Amino acid sequence: MELDIVELSRLQFAMTALYHFLFVPLTLGLSILVAIMETVYVMTGRPIWRQMTKFWGTLFGINFVLGVATGITMEFQFGMNWSYYSHYVGDIFGAPLAVEGLMAFFLEATFVGLFFFGWDRLSRVAHCIVAWLVAIGSNFSALWILIANGWMVNPVGAEFNPETMRMEMTNFFEVVFNEVAQAKFVHTVSAGYITASIFVLGVSAWYMLKGRHLELARRSIAVAASFGLAASLSVVVLGDESGYSASHTQKMKLAAIEAMWETEPAPAHFTLIGFPDQEARETHYAVHVPWVMGLIGTRSLTQEIPGINELVAESEERIRSGIIAYDELMTIRAERDATPAEVRANFEQHSADLGYALLLKRYVDDPREATEEQIKMAADDTVPGVAPLFWSFRIMVGLGFSFIALTGLFFVLSNFRRGAYPRWALRLAVLWIPLPWIAAEMGWIVAEYGRQPWTVDGILPTALSASHLSVGDLLFTLAGFALFYTVLFIVEMGLMLKYIRKGPQEDVEKTEKWMARHEHRLRTHDGKGPFADAPAE
Amino acid sequence: MILHDLISFEVLRLIWWALLGVLLIGFALTDGFDMGVGALLPFVGKTDVERRVVINTIGPVWEGNQVWFILGGGAIFAAWPPLYAVSFSGFYLAMFAILAALILRPVGFKYRSKRDSATWRSSWDWALFVGGAAPALLFGVAVGNVLLGVPFHLTEDLMPMYDGSFYGKFLGLLRPFALLCGVVSLSMLIMHGAAWLSVKTKGMVAFRAQRIGTVAGMVAAAGYALAGLWLAFGIDGFHITSEIVKDGPSNPLFKDVAHEGSWLIAYTERPWILIAPILGFTGIFMAVRGLREGFEVSTFLWSKLAILGVISSVGLTMFPFILPSTVDPRSSLTVWDSSSSHLTLFVMLVATVIFLPIILAYTAWVYKVLWGKVTEDDVTSSHSAY
Repeated sequence: MELDIVELSRLQFAMTALYHFLFVPLTLGLSILVAIMETVYVMTGRPIWRQMTKFWGTLFGINFVLGVATGITMEFQFGMNWSYYSHYVGDIFGAPLAVEGLMAFFLEATFVGLFFFGWDRLSRVAHCIVAWLVAIGSNFSALWILIANGWMVNPVGAEFNPETMRMEMTNFFEVVFNEVAQAKFVHTVSAGYITASIFVLGVSAWYMLKGRHLELARRSIAVAASFGLAASLSVVVLGDESGYSASHTQKMKLAAIEAMWETEPAPAHFTLIGFPDQEARETHYAVHVPWVMGLIGTRSLTQEIPGINELVAESEERIRSGIIAYDELMTIRAERDATPAEVRANFEQHSADLGYALLLKRYVDDPREATEEQIKMAADDTVPGVAPLFWSFRIMVGLGFSFIALTGLFFVLSNFRRGAYPRWALRLAVLWIPLPWIAAEMGWIVAEYGRQPWTVDGILPTALSASHLSVGDLLFTLAGFALFYTVLFIVEMGLMLKYIRKGPQEDVEKTEKWMARHEHRLRTHDGKGPFADAPAE
Repeated sequence: MILHDLISFEVLRLIWWALLGVLLIGFALTDGFDMGVGALLPFVGKTDVERRVVINTIGPVWEGNQVWFILGGGAIFAAWPPLYAVSFSGFYLAMFAILAALILRPVGFKYRSKRDSATWRSSWDWALFVGGAAPALLFGVAVGNVLLGVPFHLTEDLMPMYDGSFYGKFLGLLRPFALLCGVVSLSMLIMHGAAWLSVKTKGMVAFRAQRIGTVAGMVAAAGYALAGLWLAFGIDGFHITSEIVKDGPSNPLFKDVAHEGSWLIAYTERPWILIAPILGFTGIFMAVRGLREGFEVSTFLWSKLAILGVISSVGLTMFPFILPSTVDPRSSLTVWDSSSSHLTLFVMLVATVIFLPIILAYTAWVYKVLWGKVTEDDVTSSHSAY
């Protein structure tokens, strides 16, 4: 196994996924905010709300298109760069991806065109429903991709089939109602809602500082602050839920995030800050908060959370058990139907550990020939990089609390001070615009980097998952993506800034005129469906 | 779970083979005209307003159309994981080129008219041209390579391996027969795009589209006929030589395959499949006629029929092969040994039966709402137009 190819493939996947996730959170949240604004417009009939819908809708569109475009890469990269992974777990992993296409992508992509082009052709209510369908579609897509992703950390509802040399689904409902996936879903969409809220808040605050578009800014802040506050409270609660589910599904990730080398007596303390040292397996200058970790992780005062050293010892045992499974698997493969029943029984007994034997493939072609030293090395490999996890987690959580504070502040100001905002608060909101993105990217690093060395926890090591490509192939596409994505990013940022500077394209007076014309058209074409012959605006 | 035994594994595999065709054809029918329009853009639109008219004919629908491609990828992953694993990594650099083109295209639609600069707009026009023409060509090249067979083999662990160098993986795909298939695909989609433009535009744009589309249709027909002759006389087919187990485990290595004889034997074994090439030729012929005569909706429907016939003729000719291997024919992927498990195929079928009709219904509704020609007035007077 050439490590280079695996490392380059990981780098490429991480790069394209993190890039994709620059656009996704804003899409998730802004689609809902825009739909809320349009709902208010439909209910009140006030032109300012239509103006807001169109303005934020334009920014949504600029962002949405890159989310869609970079999402294509994600859908195909499993097959391109991770072909053994695709073969090995496609039977389970492919299904939520395909359902995502059927249930979510079609919905959002079909109606997003109508959202932009359908203003003249649809009644107010119909157009508002279209906006909601776009929002629902976007959020459904997050649900299904996280069901797929959740399965990678908690592979339920599946078992290994020796004849096809892959994992096969045994229960679709277990895959869908995977507790990890459900917690991840709400956590991730909430993060998206925060991103969009702070974006709307920050841009509106900038308008207020400049003294422009005050009516639009004031109302936008009111919507974004309350939506954002609810979302940031939910993200913390659901983050906690993830922590709880991690304590029994992803023990190693949890221990690494906490840099908890030894099992502590319950309830474990929480390490607020410190400097994890992977070589020495200790954390220097650690500042502890007693009890907190035990409470978050187990919701009890008596249950222990295992430390890294204990988990490594456990992995070593599982590797040895996996070697037995591998040995029996080779017999089953050679004998097929003639396999003695006791071999099958013995395989069944150890098959849950088969993935651990595959960890040895990094060092030796046939795991049965692994030396003691190689087994030790493979067991050590089950510890992800502790320091990066420790820090990205703390940055994410710290930022999460800052979002509660910021949105809470604006919530109070907009509700109880009748929208009199001090300038320092407005400046703060502008400064805060990029931070939700940093938090979201950190979240992905915690989730994905923390799963290493596995692509599917306990089932398939990352080192084995990659395609049989050459270093040249990978360098070529890596450079291609880097160049291409950088150009697109500059173009996108340029357009975003241009349209933010420009502000709403239609003033209230023009909007009112449009509304009157639209009413007229609706009445004259009543009941005849689309306005085939109606002139465009 | 007992429910999935309602439909046998063998039948499910057949259904999913057919659904694979439905998805690919759905992609070619919808996103196909987007690509054709992209390839036509510099030639049918001479002024900025004309080009905006062209872009706005697909402006509201390309996003939905493109999902056929994404769903195609997802469905292959879910229903034919070995096909997904082998083909996407085997065609690695070609896939990268297609991805790059398909990323460029949506961005081009959306961003082109967001600035007034002429350089900005003409750069995006070229991006849209490449984004339309390159995938249209490369998809055909890929199909040609599938017919020729691909140099891969599976290890005992079923890990896909490829023979061929860095350049081999891309330039090696550009074999003469594959290029011919690429030309058929490109010209057919240009014809399809032209048919779309003659429905959605009028005046010079429609006129130019019809003229170019007529030529493209003739090229497509000639190329398709030539490819058929080439298959008859110059290219070896594949066939399974061991006993065919239709409900066995999905492990391609359990069978034997010979790389000899002709693909076209299929037409003596299953004469009814002749219907596919007949539909293909008829569709192209009628679409060309419609373009010459200036018919609108009927031309577009004939063009759809042409695509349906041509694509299904490839699948029906190769059946049960999906992706044959030249270096180790035994590793070839077929309908009977490269699907997902019985349960997964069943679950996915249920999902498809529920959602596909809903998708078709609301897509049809959206097209109905957007019905009507796009005029120069429309694009110059509307803020939301691209």
